[in-house]
Amino acid sequence: MEELVYTRTKAVFENAVSGFCPGCMHSTVAKLIGEVLEELDILDKAVCVKGIGCCGLQSNYFAFDNITAAHGRACAAATGIKRTNPASLVFTYQGDGDLASIGLAETVSAANRGENFSVIFINNGIYGMTGGQMAPTTLVGMKASTAPWGRKPEEHGYPIHVCELLNELTAPYYLERTSCNNPTNVRKTKKAIKKAFQNQLDGKGFSLVEIVTGCPTNWGTDALGSLDFIEEKMLPEFPLGVIRDKSKED
Amino acid sequence: MSRVFMKGCEAIAEAAVRAGCRFFAGYPITPQNEIPEYFSRRMPEVGGVFVQGESEVASISMVYGAGCAGTRAMTSSSSCGIALKSEGISYCAGARIPMVYCNVARGGPGVGSIQPAQMDYLQATKASGNGGFQMLVFAPSTVQEAVDLTYAAFDYADRDRNPVLILADGVIGTMMESVELPPMRSDEEIAAIKDSKKKWTALGHRLGEHVDIEPGFWSTLDQQKWNEEAAALYLSWEKDLQWEEYCVEDAELVIASYGISARIAKSAVNLLRREGLKVGLIRPITVNPFPYKAFDRIDYSKCKAVLDVEMSIPAQFVKDVSVAVKDRCPIETCLCSGGNIMSRDDILAACKKILEA
Ligand SMILES: Cc1ncc(C[n+]2csc(CCOP(=O)(O)OP(=O)(O)O)c2C)c(N)n1
Repeated sequence: MEELVYTRTKAVFENAVSGFCPGCMHSTVAKLIGEVLEELDILDKAVCVKGIGCCGLQSNYFAFDNITAAHGRACAAATGIKRTNPASLVFTYQGDGDLASIGLAETVSAANRGENFSVIFINNGIYGMTGGQMAPTTLVGMKASTAPWGRKPEEHGYPIHVCELLNELTAPYYLERTSCNNPTNVRKTKKAIKKAFQNQLDGKGFSLVEIVTGCPTNWGTDALGSLDFIEEKMLPEFPLGVIRDKSKED
Repeated sequence: MSRVFMKGCEAIAEAAVRAGCRFFAGYPITPQNEIPEYFSRRMPEVGGVFVQGESEVASISMVYGAGCAGTRAMTSSSSCGIALKSEGISYCAGARIPMVYCNVARGGPGVGSIQPAQMDYLQATKASGNGGFQMLVFAPSTVQEAVDLTYAAFDYADRDRNPVLILADGVIGTMMESVELPPMRSDEEIAAIKDSKKKWTALGHRLGEHVDIEPGFWSTLDQQKWNEEAAALYLSWEKDLQWEEYCVEDAELVIASYGISARIAKSAVNLLRREGLKVGLIRPITVNPFPYKAFDRIDYSKCKAVLDVEMSIPAQFVKDVSVAVKDRCPIETCLCSGGNIMSRDDILAACKKILEA
């Protein structure tokens, strides 16, 4: 007897050839989102609001409804969709430049209103699409094309910790930071996405999953090198785990 | 139909509700605060949504989202707030998302003055954001006209899948007038409108039927094709041109004016006619596209000059007027700005100076 143990998610186009760089984790996260949508049987309700950046490339892969918001405004656009169409499963999908720099006001304000949608936040510590400029999450000492000598605290300040920042607010329901640098963390990321979506289905309000990922191209390394960099440099700065889970307080 | 005494801002909001607007997001700014305030009370009564956005930038993106979900949606602001909305307005145009917004204009540039002005003419009619898109722009001169144009704007927006601008000013927004309100669209009608957009709106679709709403393209060929289609749409608006022509036929002097300035100018025309002076008025109601052909109706063998009357220094509307007049007679100006309201006496004096010269 043959037993089917794994099948490709229908939520990602079957014939799509990845245009992401080798070692990029956008494709891993796309797969996880797709699997969760299928497992929760909400593929036909899903609406993704993509940020501007490499996130936007997901329109080549997502086989469910998706729109592109202006750079940084995904949480505002998602507010408009979810408020007028509460039956949809709405989530934003944003990079760190998008969510934590140009869109910080939209992110914090949506979280503070406790909007009932989910945020998937791809934190790769750099501006990917535009070619490796410094992001609000760039590590101290880390080189970027606009910080050629590395991030200097006296000039650039320190990396923003989005989950911890939002944890200062009363409204957010669920905040977790995960990574995709090894199979265990990939599984944890999937669990976190599922939880965020389930919270929305249950009307619990704002959930955000911050996923620490790599950008081998703009980090000047390769796929394996980026996994080491995440483990050794990114995770000490961005510790993984649940930062807020109000279901534990219910 | 029901006749009520209402402030311009509130009447605009009520007209939108009656047209089926069920989402409004906005940020406080004088002189249009009564619009968001009215929606905040009214939306819960009709099952609509009001959100006070954290900024104009966010509010217009909320409207973009609501429009992507097929809901008739609106935002409003004044001058410097409208400037901030230009990002989202351009995105709506680029992704072909219908929405209506209102500029209750005030003095400028910068934070300017909070009093009525017409300093945003070129921005409103030529480039309300990046990327060369166009919109239907309507300029009411009475509260009644603001109501009627706002009501119709939602149909135009849905017809074209494009933003529509109501270019008002601080007088229209804050003045109280008796107005006849248009009929309230029923919940069934509103649901049917939303339903008719299902094919392209992002509400969730079955596998194989998914919708992807993009305000841009990876392919240069696709972007150019989009630009060509948009250009064809903009050309089709010739049929939507509206203007008022008043006493132009035998006029020796024609005032060109729009919005509140034109209303004041019209009362000047009436006074001058009583004195036997042959003065007329052309008042564009659609200011984009501009009704250039309205100026072909002037008898240039009789007309000594066209007098441009607007609350903007330097003059802006005059640029379209001069394209329309095509050097067939001189163009003079009667201007004010800074939040000072056009004075009828100044118009009368300007007219007499030309006619007596
Ligand atoms: C208003 C505006 N400013 C700047 C840009 C250029 N831009 C495109 S993507 C991007 C940064 C994306 O970085 P991030 O959000 O970290 O996403 P990533 O590409 O790394 O996934 C910028 C600045 C833009 N498209 N719009």
